[in-house]
Amino acid sequence: MDVAIVGIGIHPFGRTPSRSGLQQGAFAARLALQDAGVEWKDIQFAFGGSASSGSADALVNELGLTGLPFINVANGCATGGSSLISAYNAIKSGEYDLGLVAGFDKHDRGAFNADPKELGLGEWYGEVGMMLTTQFFAMKIQKYMNDYNISENTLAKVAQKSFINGSRNPNAWRTEPIGVEEIANSMMVNNPLTKFMFCSPSEGGVALILSSADKAHTYTDTPVYLRGATMKSRRFGSFEVFAPSQALQQVDGPTVDASKAAFEMAGVGPRDIDVMQLQDTEVGAEIMHMAENGFCEHGEQEALIQSGETRIEGSMPINTDGGCIANGEPIGASGLRQVYENVLQLRGQAGDHQVPDDPKLAYTHVYGAPGISAVTILQR
Amino acid sequence: MSNQVPIAEGLFTWPSKNPALLGSRCQDCGIATFPVSESCSACSGQNVVVEELPGHGTLWTWTIQQFMPKTPYKSGETPETFEPYGVGYVELPGGVRVEGRLTENDPAKLAIGMNMEVVFEPYRTEENGDEVISFFFRPAA
Repeated sequence: MDVAIVGIGIHPFGRTPSRSGLQQGAFAARLALQDAGVEWKDIQFAFGGSASSGSADALVNELGLTGLPFINVANGCATGGSSLISAYNAIKSGEYDLGLVAGFDKHDRGAFNADPKELGLGEWYGEVGMMLTTQFFAMKIQKYMNDYNISENTLAKVAQKSFINGSRNPNAWRTEPIGVEEIANSMMVNNPLTKFMFCSPSEGGVALILSSADKAHTYTDTPVYLRGATMKSRRFGSFEVFAPSQALQQVDGPTVDASKAAFEMAGVGPRDIDVMQLQDTEVGAEIMHMAENGFCEHGEQEALIQSGETRIEGSMPINTDGGCIANGEPIGASGLRQVYENVLQLRGQAGDHQVPDDPKLAYTHVYGAPGISAVTILQR
Repeated sequence: MSNQVPIAEGLFTWPSKNPALLGSRCQDCGIATFPVSESCSACSGQNVVVEELPGHGTLWTWTIQQFMPKTPYKSGETPETFEPYGVGYVELPGGVRVEGRLTENDPAKLAIGMNMEVVFEPYRTEENGDEVISFFFRPAA
C-alpha cells in the first residue's frame, strides 16, 4: 500500500515564551488535522518525538483521550525522520490507513550538553571537553576543505543563503538577511566555523497526517506521496560524532547508505529531484551532505555555491525554508519541518520561498548523533 | 609532592616510566580501537587483546574549542579563566585515529598532516589536592 501525506501543520520556529513545547506540538497537530479535514478522533495511530519537552504521547492530553496507540520515538536529530518512517511502515503494512506524526521541542539556549554515559562513553570524554557535536562538524569540514578545496568564503555563502531563505519564510526564526562579511567575522566557535554558520537549539512543532494512497483524495486535492523513506545507522569505519577513535580505513557514512536506499526504493535518481532539504547543523554539513546524498561530486560544491545554484532560483535549491541555520533545531520537530517545507513546495504553496517551475520531486535528509541518517523522497 | 591519578582507569598505562595509550586489537580481523573495548565493532567478535598504542602519529583533522563547554566539562576553569583548546584526531600508524586534546590552541600552528606525539600531563587538581593526569597530543619534530 502506498502512503500519502494529506495534512500538514507547523508552529512557527524560534522562541515562544508563552507556549510550552507540548503546546507548540498540539498547535501544529490541530493545523494538520484541519488541513486534512479530519478530526482527532478519526486518527487511528500516532508516532511522535520530543527530546526536551517531555513525552510526545502527552499530546493526547491536549488533543483528546481517544484511546489510540501513540508511540514515542527518540533518535537524536533524526527523531522526526524516524517517526515518519515508523508511520509510513504502519500504513504500508495494511494495518492502518490514517495516522499522525508529530514532533516538537523547546530547548535551552546554547549548545547541547550531551551525557557521555548515555552513549556508552566514559565520563573522561566529557570531562576533557570532547562531548560537543560542534567539534565534530568543525573537524569534518576542516578535513573536507583540505581534501576538496572548499574555501572559507563558500562556508559564509551557505549561511548567507540560509538567512535569505529564512527572510522569505514567515515561520522561520531568523528573518533578517546577514551579509557574507558579517557571517565570516562573527565570533569563532569551532575553527573554521563562526557563530552565524551554526544552527542553534530552538523551539517549534510540526505535525503531518498520513493516509493510505487509495484514500488520499478523500482528504485532499493535493496529496503528496512518500516514494522513499529510509533510515540507517553507521557502519564500521565511517567518521561520526562522539567517536573517541575511528578506523584507518574509512567507509561511507549513514547518509550515503540512507540516500542510496531511498533512491532505489523510489526508482529515481539525484538528477530527478527538484528541491531538497539537507541537514545543515552548520554550513559544512550542508556542503558535505550535497555530495553524500549524491547531488554532486565531492569538491563540486565550491563552484555550485559560488554560482548560486543552491539558491531558491538555482538549479538545485537547498533548504528553501532557511534550513536549521535560519530555523534553529528543535530536535523532535526538525526533520518534520523539512517534510512540511517539501509538501508546501510540491503543492505550490510556499509563497515567497516557492521554487519556480512546479517542482514534482522533493528530498529530505536528516543526520544525527551518534551517526544516524534518515531520507525521504516525496512526489506530488 | 601531590598525588597524581589518571583521569580514567585503563585509558593509558599509569603510573609508568613510558606511559602509552591503551587500545584493544581484534585477533580475528586485526582492527584496533581506542579506548579498550570488550568486543570488536568491525566484526562483532570478542577475541580482543589489550595493547599499547604508538606514541607518534600525524594530525588527521583538528579544531579549536573557542567557548567554554557546559557540564560534563570538568577542567577546574571558570568562564573568566577559560582558555580555548585544540581538539584533533591523530592517526597512529598501524593502529587507529585517536581523538584527543591538543597542547596547541593557535590555529596558525596547526596543519593537517603534521607530526604529533602523545604526552601525559596534569589536567586539573581535585579538591583533595590530587592532580588528575590526562593525555594530550603535542606537535612534534
